[in-house]
Amino acid sequence: MASGSGTHAASGHSANPGVPTVPGCTDLSLLNKFDMNEIMNCMQCGFCLPACPTYRQTGKETASPRGRIALMKGVAQESLTINDEFEHNMYLCLGCRACETACPAGVPYGSMLETAREVVETNKKQTKGQLLIRKVIFDQVFPSPARLKTAGTLLWTAQATGMQKLAVSTGLVNILPKPMAEMQAAIQTIASPMQRRKRLKIVKSTKPKATLRVGLFLGCMMDVLFYEINQATARVLAKAGCDVEMIENQVCCGALHAHAGEKAGAIELAKRNIEAFERSGVDYLVNNAGGCGAALKEYHHWFHDDPAWMERAMNFVSKQRDINEILTELPPLTFDKPLNARVTYQDSCHLAHGQGIRIQPRDLIKSIPGVTYVEMNRADSCCGSAGIYNITNYEMSMDILDDKMENVKETQPNYVVTSNPGCLIQMKHGVNRAGVSDQMEAVHIVELLDRALS
Amino acid sequence: MLSKEVRSELLQIVGDKYFMDTENELYAYSYDSTPLFQSMPDAVVMPGSTEEIAAILKIANARRIPIVPRGSGTNLCGGTVPVEGGIVMNTNRLNKIREIDQDNLTASFGPGVITADLHAAVERLGLFYPPDPGSMRISTMGGNVAECAGGMRGLKYGVTKDYIMGLELVLPTGEILHVGGKNAKDVAGYDLTKLMVGSEGTLAVVSNITAKLLPLPETKRTMVAYYRSLTDAARTVQRVIAAKIIPATMEFLDQATMKVVEDFARIGLPCDMQAMLLIEQDGMEAQVERDIMRIEEIAYQEGAVEVRLAQTTDEANKLMAARRAALSALSRVKPTTILEDATVPRAHLAEMTEQVNVIAKKYNVQICTFGHAGDGNLHPTCMTDERDKEEIHRVEKAFEEIFHAAIKLGGTITGEHGVGIAKAGYLELKVGEAGIDLMKRIKAAFDPNGIMNPGKIFAKSDRRRVVVSKCECGHDETQHKHDDSKQSV
Repeated sequence: MASGSGTHAASGHSANPGVPTVPGCTDLSLLNKFDMNEIMNCMQCGFCLPACPTYRQTGKETASPRGRIALMKGVAQESLTINDEFEHNMYLCLGCRACETACPAGVPYGSMLETAREVVETNKKQTKGQLLIRKVIFDQVFPSPARLKTAGTLLWTAQATGMQKLAVSTGLVNILPKPMAEMQAAIQTIASPMQRRKRLKIVKSTKPKATLRVGLFLGCMMDVLFYEINQATARVLAKAGCDVEMIENQVCCGALHAHAGEKAGAIELAKRNIEAFERSGVDYLVNNAGGCGAALKEYHHWFHDDPAWMERAMNFVSKQRDINEILTELPPLTFDKPLNARVTYQDSCHLAHGQGIRIQPRDLIKSIPGVTYVEMNRADSCCGSAGIYNITNYEMSMDILDDKMENVKETQPNYVVTSNPGCLIQMKHGVNRAGVSDQMEAVHIVELLDRALS
Repeated sequence: MLSKEVRSELLQIVGDKYFMDTENELYAYSYDSTPLFQSMPDAVVMPGSTEEIAAILKIANARRIPIVPRGSGTNLCGGTVPVEGGIVMNTNRLNKIREIDQDNLTASFGPGVITADLHAAVERLGLFYPPDPGSMRISTMGGNVAECAGGMRGLKYGVTKDYIMGLELVLPTGEILHVGGKNAKDVAGYDLTKLMVGSEGTLAVVSNITAKLLPLPETKRTMVAYYRSLTDAARTVQRVIAAKIIPATMEFLDQATMKVVEDFARIGLPCDMQAMLLIEQDGMEAQVERDIMRIEEIAYQEGAVEVRLAQTTDEANKLMAARRAALSALSRVKPTTILEDATVPRAHLAEMTEQVNVIAKKYNVQICTFGHAGDGNLHPTCMTDERDKEEIHRVEKAFEEIFHAAIKLGGTITGEHGVGIAKAGYLELKVGEAGIDLMKRIKAAFDPNGIMNPGKIFAKSDRRRVVVSKCECGHDETQHKHDDSKQSV
């Protein structure tokens, strides 16, 4: 006979004196990081389940937003321990936040997930010490524009000298971990150090009188891997009547840190960006990466305990614009080169679910002469890129991508348009993987606009 | 805990990928959409075929291990909470629509098919499966059958039981049985098909479903009417039906609900009104036009302040979406939301709604009421906080009184959510001692060892209290009794 392990609610436990401390968790004050009101606000209605890519793949409650929140509640109430399984479940989530769109109760899942990962990481540091590679990436590489540039130069050297091709042809590429080896094929030609040095600090409006002075948020990954898209963004904004400045001292937005549970690192980066923006005096700071944009617009959530910075963050947040958003607010672009093409659009999760920007990119695409826009099925469902998810959870990411490509292929497009660097790499990889690179190209929306403008 | 032997047998049947029993996995199947109920299973299995279901049931039956069938876990009666532990059997992998028979107007599919996916599949062929429970985007058809799900189209089209024609069942002994079928008329023996619908997983596991389909109505119109008084709204419902018009949908939201929905959906609801009716009629265009005009007339006669016809499909969808979001939008107000479904014959709608308000005041609890006005199925919904034990106690008292009031008006304790664990203590109010006794004997005939979803429908004792959950001493409630002061809902 089964034990009938009983009828209890988890909250009964925490009220119980003499509950043993959580094994593997040295610091119970860690659990105070969870906001019980936010957790309790999830009524377990399950409306988020069909929106969740990992639930759709697995059919398992542990891989659903409702399940993950329940697990957070279990940990917060000391019914569950912070162990490897909990960590795995928190990191199996793409963080795409499609569940937030589906949730009628307004549960702020994204920030709850960040807290859960912060708890996991802090607990690990306290019990195991941090992995060196993680430390190097989050403490050394991302916060430093110089180091990122070095990484870019190294990548450029590899490409320029044909090492990349050599690596592929000799099979050297096979010693890279499989995800990295496969993904590198999706990366564009890296900008040369010379190109970077020649970059203009200000791109002037092509209209006689500039309507706005905007800063361009360059991003970390974006500027290394997709330098040309940043340059195209400046060109498009200039044609829309903006003076565009590459403002000094800006750094990575901190989203990757926050999503990976490195909140302190994220906050440091946020402060530097706020300072850089304030010094520049521009009207708006424009970004072309849905993921960065969502983080930039949520800086105020990171300063709950710091009123002075909170106020500066609120001001900063009010001046953030996604490229799609600002272009539809400005007078329409005058295109001079029709593109005779079928185009479909893949939503960036943090643009659609995080910032609610869905119509603007579609309207921009439709405004290009000669374009036939075809909406794909489940366009706002994650492509599986999700920051570094396609490297950390390669197989799940590829399962999700393969489903995505089925929907893409159905629309028979010439272009699959995205609006975020991570999605762009993933969709490029998806096109290669599906063997349809002779039929379609994955591009950033700015590239498409730029091609129709020049 | 399952024995090593049982564990390895189950693993052999479903395979590694579909057997779950780690700490997190068990925890994730310890709850469903019902607030306040939680209990750990010993294992979770996801069988991929009828044969696998049969093999699992044989093992469980031989060893008296509880089996809790489960779909997406969106029921509101604690029906899939494994209150006596055992094996949670998730049938979501059986999610193929095998056939849509356009000659016989039937569909045949696995229990894991999502309700909304069935809707989409049949509607592509111009056919119609009417039941549309609030959770239809994620609820499974297996779950709909188990709970006899209703929805917003119940008034004109009925509920799940009116559409289920045939079932494939697996009995606890592992026998596979086919009941009913595609015949429009079939009186060969007891109607076991109907008996299974709404049996809440306490008799057998459903492994395939055959449902009746209708032609998809040609057109649909949606309208809203706003009222300064609750009774005016309720009287409109009665007058429309008395005028021999059966609308597809007549939904009702009270002021408190409207405020919360407006806050969430921003569709311009006039929140100074006391109530609103959402009315939908479908059918042939001329008929729909005529009905809607007539309903509008009646609404004004009965005191509606404003009547609006949705001008576009988009507008209509937005209005209906607001109603669909009502429950979850209410959950924004307070951490815990308890939704009930006391139902009365529709002529007593106004009386029942007023009683709910009086009872809420008496116990000083916050209750919003919305629901399916056309079929008298109300959803008095209480916003509370499960951490406030004293308030929860008052909530419990209030609901007890609401159930009594419904019964007194010739109603029932549950219209469409099922009894499960949440209302087990009140079943006797509705069916009486003899009714419970007969139902228990029916269960014993199907499930002599009592392994099928034990602890559901029938209360463990005669206490008319919402049993279970939160046992503060940490023991299993089934092991010893508590006095009232210690237990909560």
